[in-house]
Amino acid sequence: MSTEKSVWRRAYEWHEQRLPIVSFLDHSIGTKYPAPKNLNYFWNFGSLALFMLAVMILTGIFLAMNYTAHKDMAFDSVERIMRDVNFGWLIRYMHANGASFFFIVVYVHIFRGLYYGSYKAPREVLWWIGILIFLAMMATAFMGYVLPWGQMSFWGATVITNLFSAIPVIGDPIVTFLWGGFSVDNPTLNRFFSLHYLLPFVIAALVFLHIWALHIPGSNNPLGIEAAPADKIPFHPYYTSKDAFGLGFFMLFYFAVVFWAPNAMGHPDNYIPANPLVTPPHIVPEWYFLPFYAILRAIPDKLLGVVAMFGAILVLFVIPWLDTSRVRSASFRPWFRVFFWLFVINAVVLTWCGAQLPEGLPLIQGRIATIYYFVFFLVIMPVLGWIETPKPLPASISTPVLKPAE
Amino acid sequence: MANTAPVHHAGDGETRRDFLLHSTIAFGAVGGAMAVWPLIHSMNPAADTLALSTTEFSLASLQEGQAITVVWRGKPVFVRYRTQAEIDAARNVTLTELVDPAPDADRVKKDKDKYLVLVGVCTHLGCIPLGNKPMDPRGDFGGWFCPCHGSHYDTSGRIRKGPAPANLAVPPYQFLDDTTVRIG
Repeated sequence: MSTEKSVWRRAYEWHEQRLPIVSFLDHSIGTKYPAPKNLNYFWNFGSLALFMLAVMILTGIFLAMNYTAHKDMAFDSVERIMRDVNFGWLIRYMHANGASFFFIVVYVHIFRGLYYGSYKAPREVLWWIGILIFLAMMATAFMGYVLPWGQMSFWGATVITNLFSAIPVIGDPIVTFLWGGFSVDNPTLNRFFSLHYLLPFVIAALVFLHIWALHIPGSNNPLGIEAAPADKIPFHPYYTSKDAFGLGFFMLFYFAVVFWAPNAMGHPDNYIPANPLVTPPHIVPEWYFLPFYAILRAIPDKLLGVVAMFGAILVLFVIPWLDTSRVRSASFRPWFRVFFWLFVINAVVLTWCGAQLPEGLPLIQGRIATIYYFVFFLVIMPVLGWIETPKPLPASISTPVLKPAE
Repeated sequence: MANTAPVHHAGDGETRRDFLLHSTIAFGAVGGAMAVWPLIHSMNPAADTLALSTTEFSLASLQEGQAITVVWRGKPVFVRYRTQAEIDAARNVTLTELVDPAPDADRVKKDKDKYLVLVGVCTHLGCIPLGNKPMDPRGDFGGWFCPCHGSHYDTSGRIRKGPAPANLAVPPYQFLDDTTVRIG
């Protein structure tokens, strides 16, 4: 047998010396990235989010080929996509429901980070970039929802842009600037389409930074302790295959909705063309904005309501310092675990309140839930770190599962 | 990193693990290709575009020697009411002289050979030849002349001189009655 290298091998090495892209990928998500061996299925949601970003960009590119960003043609061009364009219905339903599933995945990803203390040192910058991605996602989703130019599109755009009118003195000029006119109109639709196409690529760049920042300290793990080199396994093939399996499971749910309940998470009023003279009787944002919408409405003051709504997200930036506990994983924090699950239930309550008319019981519940939302971050997190006695941490990831050698 | 159980092949030949690996890759590749197809197919003509692929028009007002241009699938279609001299010129050509030999009789409908219907797109690089309007140059053979790169077509729309490789195409069409034509 010849010991000569094959021509393919030599071509590969020639290219790697000039641009080591295969080595780069191997160090990022391949055999050279050591990941803790005890990651559970909640660690699938990062790669699932990346998958959803890819699905959204890909389907979005093909939708844009058939969409017309003009107030007189946008609605009809979307209906043409649904009726006449080959597989247009599939691509649009994948995109519209893809936004919902992107948020489902990202919310689980965020709650995973909260439970296992992934925001704590040395991962603060990683956490920040994640919040920036979340904010960019919200902006992108909001502007995407405006594009079909239905009643909910139009009035959602009107209400959300009017949030900025709460800013003292310069509020109204800012809103006029955002609209490019004196109401939500054709210039608004045009710029929203432009930005809706731009922002996903900004998100992709932020994802690159997010993964870079992840690789400096490496992945956190369910025990929240530093993983010794002996407790790490290569990302490929172990976590690539685990992520692929989880992806298959996730897609069962995603495509079940795409094929059998594609409008379940939408609002029927958005199948009525936009009418600047009539507001629908009950306007609600998409479900993934409802908790923040509930916070906005819980406060009976225009400016303070807007401040609270944005504050609900901005507070996430400082929780690495609000949380005074050095123990990362909630598995070893009996009290934090209780408050965490209360926080999850509270988020569900806020979501429900956001969909109700803001009066009577839902308004009172929304106020209580808003108070708990902020108390959790601003009071419970700092105080609990001082008064809670955590359970003893294991010496290593292997220790709890290996019998001591005697 | 921890020891990761290297695969020891018991002798040469396929192992169970190879089979799982290869079938997983094959499954993923087929699934990926099937997922990409709807995206690619969405770029093909949509139902409303296909629905516009026939055009009907009337010849009632067309006088001998005149020509009109009809739009079919976004392209011009030349319709010329030929004079007897033009028909004779088209018929009195030795086929072996032609770049793309085709008898004039095959390019018109039987008993309607005064009407010539052609896709008005030069077969060179897609420009629209001149010759449909009375003041247009008609080239050396009395048909059409493409100004882009100088192709000359005769009174049957056949290429006679210049870079174009083929005759002007005859679209599928039929006479619905004496003066009504449907293209497509």
